Amino acid sequence: MIPTQITIDGNEAAARIAHLTNEVIAIYPITPASPMGEWADDWSATGVRNLWDTVPQVIEMQSEAGAAGAIHGALQAGALATSFTASQGLLLMIPNMYKIAGELTPTVLHVAARSLAVQALSIFGDHSDVMACRATGYAMLCSASVQEVQDFALIAQAATLAARIPFLHFFDGFRTSHEVDKISQIDADTVRALIDEDLVIAHRLRALTPDRPVLRGSSQNPDAYFQGRESVNNYYAKLPAILEGVMQRFGELTGRRYGVFEYLGASDAERVVVLMGSGIGAAEEAVETLVARGERVGLVKVRLYRPFSPAHLLAALPGSVRAVAVLDRTKEPGADGEPLYKDVLGALAQAHADGERAQMPRVIGGRFGLSSKEFTPGMVAGVYAELARDRPKNHFTIGIHDDVSHTSLDWDQGFTPDAAQGVTRCLFYGLGSDGTVSANKNSIKIIGESTELQVQGYFQYDSKKAGAVTVSHLRFGDQPIRSTYLIGKDEAQFVACHQPNFLTRYAMLANAAQGATFLLNSPVSADALWDSLPRSVQQQMIDKRLKFYAIDAYGIAQRTDMGRRINTIMQACFFAITRVIDPQLAMQAIKAMVEKTYGKKGRRLLQRNFAAIDQALAGLHEVAVPARLTSNIEMPPVVAANAPDFVQTVTATLIAGRGDSLPVSAMSADGTWPLGTAAYEKRQLALEIPHWEIDLCTHCGKCPLACPHAAIRSKVFDEGLAANAPAGFLHTAVKGGKDFPPGTRISYQVAPDDCTGCGQCVEICPIRDKKDPQRKALNMVPIEARRAVEQANWDFFLGLPEFDRTRLKETTLKGAMIMQPLFEFSGACVGCGETPYIKLATQLFGDRMLIANATGCSSIYGGNLPTTPYTTNPEGRGPAWNNSLFEDNAEFGLGMRIAIDKQAEHARELLGELAGEIGEPLVDAILSAEQHSEAEIFEQRARVDELNKKLAGIDRLAAKTLGGIAGYLVKKSVWLIGGDGWAYDIGYGGVDHVLASGRNVNILVLDTEVYSNTGGQTSKATPLGAVAKFSAGGKPVVKKDLAMMAMAYGNVYVAQVAYGAKDVQVLRAFLEAESYDGPSLIIAYSPCIAHGIDLANNLRQQDLAVNAGHWGLFRYDPRKVAEGENPLHLDSKEPSIPYRDFAMTETRFAVLERTHPDAAHRFMQAAQHQTRAKFHLYEQLAKLAVGETPVGESGNEP
Amino acid sequence: MNMTTRWLGMELKNPFVPSASPLSRSLDAAKQLEDAGAGAIVMYSLFEEAVQAEEEGMTRFLHHQETGHAEADSYLPSNQDFPGELDRYLEQIAALKATLDIPVVASLNGVTASGWMTHAKEVTDAGADALELNAYYVAGDVWEEGHYVEQRYITLLKELREHVAIPINMKLSPFFSSIGNMVKKLEAAGVSGVSLFNRFYQPDIDVDGMRLRHALTPTRPSDALLSMRWIAILRGRVDCSLGATGGVYSAEDAIKLLLAGTDVVHLCHALLQHGPQLLAKVIADLAAWMEHQGFESLNDFRGHLSQASVLDPSDYERLNYIRVLSSYSSPDGVWR
Repeated sequence: MIPTQITIDGNEAAARIAHLTNEVIAIYPITPASPMGEWADDWSATGVRNLWDTVPQVIEMQSEAGAAGAIHGALQAGALATSFTASQGLLLMIPNMYKIAGELTPTVLHVAARSLAVQALSIFGDHSDVMACRATGYAMLCSASVQEVQDFALIAQAATLAARIPFLHFFDGFRTSHEVDKISQIDADTVRALIDEDLVIAHRLRALTPDRPVLRGSSQNPDAYFQGRESVNNYYAKLPAILEGVMQRFGELTGRRYGVFEYLGASDAERVVVLMGSGIGAAEEAVETLVARGERVGLVKVRLYRPFSPAHLLAALPGSVRAVAVLDRTKEPGADGEPLYKDVLGALAQAHADGERAQMPRVIGGRFGLSSKEFTPGMVAGVYAELARDRPKNHFTIGIHDDVSHTSLDWDQGFTPDAAQGVTRCLFYGLGSDGTVSANKNSIKIIGESTELQVQGYFQYDSKKAGAVTVSHLRFGDQPIRSTYLIGKDEAQFVACHQPNFLTRYAMLANAAQGATFLLNSPVSADALWDSLPRSVQQQMIDKRLKFYAIDAYGIAQRTDMGRRINTIMQACFFAITRVIDPQLAMQAIKAMVEKTYGKKGRRLLQRNFAAIDQALAGLHEVAVPARLTSNIEMPPVVAANAPDFVQTVTATLIAGRGDSLPVSAMSADGTWPLGTAAYEKRQLALEIPHWEIDLCTHCGKCPLACPHAAIRSKVFDEGLAANAPAGFLHTAVKGGKDFPPGTRISYQVAPDDCTGCGQCVEICPIRDKKDPQRKALNMVPIEARRAVEQANWDFFLGLPEFDRTRLKETTLKGAMIMQPLFEFSGACVGCGETPYIKLATQLFGDRMLIANATGCSSIYGGNLPTTPYTTNPEGRGPAWNNSLFEDNAEFGLGMRIAIDKQAEHARELLGELAGEIGEPLVDAILSAEQHSEAEIFEQRARVDELNKKLAGIDRLAAKTLGGIAGYLVKKSVWLIGGDGWAYDIGYGGVDHVLASGRNVNILVLDTEVYSNTGGQTSKATPLGAVAKFSAGGKPVVKKDLAMMAMAYGNVYVAQVAYGAKDVQVLRAFLEAESYDGPSLIIAYSPCIAHGIDLANNLRQQDLAVNAGHWGLFRYDPRKVAEGENPLHLDSKEPSIPYRDFAMTETRFAVLERTHPDAAHRFMQAAQHQTRAKFHLYEQLAKLAVGETPVGESGNEP
Repeated sequence: MNMTTRWLGMELKNPFVPSASPLSRSLDAAKQLEDAGAGAIVMYSLFEEAVQAEEEGMTRFLHHQETGHAEADSYLPSNQDFPGELDRYLEQIAALKATLDIPVVASLNGVTASGWMTHAKEVTDAGADALELNAYYVAGDVWEEGHYVEQRYITLLKELREHVAIPINMKLSPFFSSIGNMVKKLEAAGVSGVSLFNRFYQPDIDVDGMRLRHALTPTRPSDALLSMRWIAILRGRVDCSLGATGGVYSAEDAIKLLLAGTDVVHLCHALLQHGPQLLAKVIADLAAWMEHQGFESLNDFRGHLSQASVLDPSDYERLNYIRVLSSYSSPDGVWR
């Protein structure tokens, strides 16, 4: 039977087999493994059955540690169980992995291998995580391609049952997990033939059951433990042969033959490279090319890494080998070589010592591909070239330029493997939101499933969430495509630019091959198009003799009511131009794909899409490429000329997408980066910006509060400073003048190149022109006419001095919003509901703030290179920020607090010790300073400055020590920031412990009610009846009441806030929380795109959530108890609208009415009841009398 | 007692037809209406805008979720296919037809022809006995002349008529210069019946928030008087069926409309407020009144007070205005 060909990515390939061969699946989201869990959950939710005709149970846990524990339990109770993970998640599973292996339990854990968080977090692929599991006792089987992911997932499942040793089946994150390939599907019969039912039954018979009770997990003493550890040796010894047998059987069933180690290359090879993972694809291409050129080279592909089988390795390695280079995709600092290198070296040395191998080849080891760093055939050729040297470099790196420890090898960047012939390579530059990636995934499927061609799709994404740029790499050809690297310089035969403004930002035609075709989406007419191109683009088109096609995709989209969705239009053009398949057939296939996408849901949308596709063909035109340059448009500089050196050299290179060219010396060795860099990354995303109407404005301060990107600001200044203002700079006498000196002016100014155009500022503006209600005090206007004017205004505005903080009334929005935000221009989503809270905190406390940031959206827009939104004030002070992990953020922040307190305590002790030399008055003043207000903190800083001057003159160790820690005598504000995934789930234990500690930390929970960063998975904050990933049928239980749990301690300040509903309450809560000398918890409602809403409605959704009782506003201040008051104060009223009226405005609830109407109805009724009951409960709590029961009233008194 | 009536070419056991309301979303409620005696049922309205908004919303938030961020290409599960607004409506028609013995009338609410042509055909195929078209058009363009507004309705009807074989009832607003003439034109264009009148939901103003507030205000019994007048005027002058809608809460309200000449009486808010069982009471009260009056069938008194039948036809025209002004006093009860 001819196997079905399917076009899928690695994650789906693994998940298919896992779902088919298991009955309990415990999951937890982590990039890049999340899609495996999502697929499994989705299939179970829709009733897809496994091999035994039953639907697997999928359970989301609170962490990977939880998932591992659940799997351990499920396995012990006799089920076939699995999980998926990566990186830190895998590390969290390690303790259980030891247990599972120690108990000889068959299971397969599928891992999309990813870098570990070290000097920085990285979501991309390498083997750092799986290498940390070498000692767990799991067998480790590595897939190198999507086909292998599917095949090895099954082979591992069959082998684990036979061997009783658990398998860690891994493949490279992103390169394999997210690469879309055409593969031969394994049918259920093959799976059935490979999975031995007797072994399944044997596993079940080993289950813990009271019917045949046994004890496992005992505690053993010195007399038994050691022997127990050695009792498993034979199982491990047998595993390679068992696996080999399964692979052989698999080969018989499918025709695809694998080995424990496999060799490719010259039979008389002298130089051999050994590696595992997706790099094998590039290495295969290199080896074949070099062998064809007559070189005696070869490649050993490692499949089974643990148990490591020297016998199989040696059998694979030709006897002619003189030199071996072992490539590790990991780094083990301090070791004299990485793990695979050491294993291969050890095997060869042992064989040589034992006389099994007469000649000991030279063995060198090197590192490659960390964090998905490119690994190309040219690099492999570079390694072979190094092996040919008399004294090849050991412990080398390949793929980077190491100018610090000089480990790196050179390589020929122009090396082209023979396999490149016959492969068509296409590149597409699009916006994340314009559908380019999904259209290309569809194109790959169309080509893969309607032709004999082999296909490959790989997609480069962005670290930004707003205005993200994607690059799609598509290859297709007659032979299986093993090019596990990006389409590079001069390689693409087709380049498409889906966004006209990319032309001046990305040198995309550098990747175009000679004679390639360039497709541009542009509204410019054919006759004017050539002249509109940048000069460098014209030059490349002439030099490379490119064919040039253009289409006005946005025009067509508009005419066919498609809005700004251009994906199918550009897709139709791709097929029409490349003719990779018959264009007629292609159009039918695109339409069929559109039909499949929309199903019954959108008949009219089908018609629109069809019309757009038809019009695309009519609108596509070839443009003649003249022989001469006509343009004077130059590529603008990446950053402004006045940017600091570091930004000019390092940051700008990263922004421009040329970070691979940065040498090691450009990086800080400990992961330290400067603040304030986002201000240099002018992304120009807005189509419209706010315009200030000074005659209407009341200077209320709401617009800077609501702006998610700190792109609209207010500043007050002396009128004399306005003398040099640009002509268009707007300013007026500040209202409420008693708080400011006479002659003080105020300006509200937009940063035109940093604004994203979300319109939140206009939305929150409460002032309308009574004569023209359409006109507010802020109105959105098209940017192009305003850009130059506002750029000049913004530059002038930035140059104005910051107003004296000590004179601002921070308890008013107006006053607080004049404070400089020290969090600006982040890459968060347009209209983000989280960032205004962080920005507010930096305005109020930023100059004395330490932030422990849990992994998630806030750590990505807060600290993902190339830039950071955290910045400094004119004195150079600002938030000091770090992200430790996802699970430990509360503890991490508490550690900061304790360190600060300890050092402050020590400083006070030293002050006492040195009082005579420093002077009693200064010491007394420092020690007795209250530091409650901005002014008091300012004064304390001045005292500490004076102290430092005095200390410089005291020649004592105590003075020197105090000099190092005197800064802690000024009050520091410690903030623990993260999302609900952290605070409600994975980090809850830590949050709880920190709250119980009584220490002075401020916990800010940005509650989006899902795991936003990884794609909207359910958390314990997800509300009842909401659809989220892992809750496709609606969340069946109510949202956890984190506030109530925290209030139960009695000594925790707790506030629940929503700035779109009651902004002043938010300000009060932040001030109160920070001033409270104990733990504070602020739970901040944060509308998110994961809710299925347009974030233009962010504020409205907050208001609805509060009015419906979904999100109560309150503050619980323990200080009030001492005053005899109830500590709980409700800031929102009884629900005033039905819960449904709120819920149905959000797709997360509304979609359930379509998919599961009965459940939706039930959930809505329950939610309505629950919100009212909860309000009633809070209302009663807020009315309770405080204090102990008065004597005589308890009923127990005489 | 014979209460049968003909409406849209169909023989109904009585003239009470619950009009478009959420009650028909539930099979149980619809069955209760039938058990309470409903002669036919008009389903809840399928809104053109709702279909469109759902398509747009689901497209945007389910099918085009990608942002280009490396860690997430979507945020809500989108793999499940589900019936759209229209499909759910078609399923409900079929379910109602399977549950009820009385005629089921589908109701489309919209103003453009394009969307409804295929929908109307599917509605027919799903088994609807008739189609009510609620052309909810607010002529807000001050430059649009009245005859163009009228032409909208006529064009819409004609196009529908070409696609649909089942009877078409049009629910009209009172905002035409010449309602009688408008009905004649619709009749010529193929309408099977008209219902008088639909109400445009009126936005209100929230004076605190200084913004518009959208709320549904129930009809009042006095609203029925407007229908009553125009039914009376049209009775005997047009051939199509006449239906009275708006403000019917009791048998007395219904009797007035029957006396004016209506073929059917629609109820909506009364049933929403008091439940389907109200219908049984209204029917019983009508029967009692007929018995008391000695009528054996509706035809014995239907149209007795139509304009064509009353002694002074001007009573239904301007003279009526003068009499109302001189007799006006504050109404009693809950509607004050």
